[in-house]
Amino acid sequence: MAVRDEHERSDAPHIEVRKLTMAYGSFVLMRDLDFTVERGKIFVIMGGSGSGKSTLLKHMIGLLEPARGEVLYDGESFTGATPERRLEMLRGFGVTFQQGALWSSMTLAENVALPLSEYTDLEPAEIREICCLKLALVGLRGFEDYYPSQISGGMRKRAGLARAIALDPDVLFFDEPSAGLDPISSRLLDDLILALRDSLGSTVVIVTHELASIFAIGDDSVFLDAESRTAIAHGNPRQLLEHCDNPTVHRFLTRGGEMDPTREAHE
Amino acid sequence: MSASARAATGRDAGLPSGHVEVVRKRPDAIELELSGTWIVRGARPTIADVARDFAEPGLRRVTFDASALDKWDSTILTFLAALLDDLRERKVEADLAGLPAGIRRLIELAETVPEKEGARTVGRRGPWLARLGDAAVDVARGAGEFLAFVGEVTVAVFNVLRLRARVPLADLWLFVQHTGADALPIVTLISFLVGLILAFVGAVQLQQFGATLYVANLVQIGMAREMGAIMTGVIMAGRTGAAFAAQLGTMRVTEEIDALMTLGLKPIEYLVLPRVIALSVMMPLLCVYSDVVGIIGGTAVGVGLLDQNFAQYVQQTLRYATLTQFVIGIVKSFVFGILIALSGCLRGMQCGSSASAVGDAATSAVVTSIVLLVVADGIFAVICNALNV
Repeated sequence: MAVRDEHERSDAPHIEVRKLTMAYGSFVLMRDLDFTVERGKIFVIMGGSGSGKSTLLKHMIGLLEPARGEVLYDGESFTGATPERRLEMLRGFGVTFQQGALWSSMTLAENVALPLSEYTDLEPAEIREICCLKLALVGLRGFEDYYPSQISGGMRKRAGLARAIALDPDVLFFDEPSAGLDPISSRLLDDLILALRDSLGSTVVIVTHELASIFAIGDDSVFLDAESRTAIAHGNPRQLLEHCDNPTVHRFLTRGGEMDPTREAHE
Repeated sequence: MSASARAATGRDAGLPSGHVEVVRKRPDAIELELSGTWIVRGARPTIADVARDFAEPGLRRVTFDASALDKWDSTILTFLAALLDDLRERKVEADLAGLPAGIRRLIELAETVPEKEGARTVGRRGPWLARLGDAAVDVARGAGEFLAFVGEVTVAVFNVLRLRARVPLADLWLFVQHTGADALPIVTLISFLVGLILAFVGAVQLQQFGATLYVANLVQIGMAREMGAIMTGVIMAGRTGAAFAAQLGTMRVTEEIDALMTLGLKPIEYLVLPRVIALSVMMPLLCVYSDVVGIIGGTAVGVGLLDQNFAQYVQQTLRYATLTQFVIGIVKSFVFGILIALSGCLRGMQCGSSASAVGDAATSAVVTSIVLLVVADGIFAVICNALNV
């Protein structure tokens, strides 16, 4: 529902992370992260466990405050914005969390309806229709009145996605979308992300270490290294696999060995 | 030079046992002969049994012979790991060639990743003065966080009053039911018993002066001024304050609160405010109810055990029942309600991200609310005294 004039769009990259340093108290997790995300691209934040991928995502959506540096959307600083402006900008985001993070006291339809009833003037009947549509988009037709505890983990993730796209967001964030899913569900979720990106035109930022997903849907990426505490590679994951000389990145992308994971993803 | 002293005890008991013999091959080299069965439920030597042989100066090299070793499990590995650490400290070379291939591989595996520097400093206790300082800083920070939280909630209340924010009404009614009607049975039971106890304890003392008639005054004033508000407060702290902390804590763990924030919904307005409003509105009602039930409990003792006339007891109660007494209790309970709800919600919002953190949040919520409740009651006592009410 976020409508901006085309003029503004062409100026700057959609998302820009500038000299971002993340810290917990005095412990610096990552320093000097610098990257941009182009509009309509699927951007992967990758790295080993504990390298701060999810933390970076939380900084990008304002759940955590950067120690230094800033995050910009369409050239406008998000981290430096006033609280009111930040709330407005947040409405252009859709976020799905690792475990879905559905509000457990509400049905799936109520979960999807909450952002709609908060930020639009739609009638309850219209909201209900949109909820059904969004749930149908993620393959949950007929589950409107189920509670999160009554459905499986994979379904919960998809319901979380339905809630994230309730307001037709400009940017979609995914925190480990395929963690804990079987290979087929995980593949279906990848296809769903691609389809949503193509139809909604949203920019997608994904935190993952699932190689198959990275190669199947990633247009661009940044690699976080826990050892040196900064980003050590940028670019298209498939090209990184072929051209990146950094041994850590190469080991990661080849699962520590010599296999070619792209083959599996292209099948 | 036998080091199998301990193993002998195992043999006596009929348990399988492991042995180690120290054989001096050359002046600067010894061989450890491992034999027998090294398993968890058997007897086996400890590092101390062989360590004294290493202490001799001039030792340069240790080899192993495991040809007589039967079954083994992790116990031999822990023994060898400790042994190797000890040898490394003494700068004695250890040749593992004589050990079975399986043991060698496991030892290599355990030593491939070197210990991360500084990893062990986590959880280490500092000197007592530092800990005392840390605790003091924690208390100060905790107080600051509580004040900040009170401030945020106050701002949220004003936002609602100025119609800039909305309270989710469906949730509010649910909490009103949970904190009000659902609490009636336990409040009834506790208040009745408290009234009973007040009357009984009072009667024993007043009987000495033949003044059992005044039991009615004692119960009525005691319940209305103090016990009604305090007892409902304690009940609600344990019942509802803990529940609030657990609910919000779980929402924190499952990232439900993060999900709200990314939608631009403020958890304070959306989650905390309905709980605070519900409890602060229901507490005075529960308090009045508790006063009445407590007085009925007192009446039961007065009429049933002290042989007072029912009408006389009621009249005595009513004659000295002033509105002021009840209003003091009601005002207190309103404040207690706010304090309990705030402590519960604050502890829930501060919750860490594990199952035990939710438990800690609930515990801490109850402790915080009861402490605040007693402190507030003390302040009320001082104020009432100053105002002569």
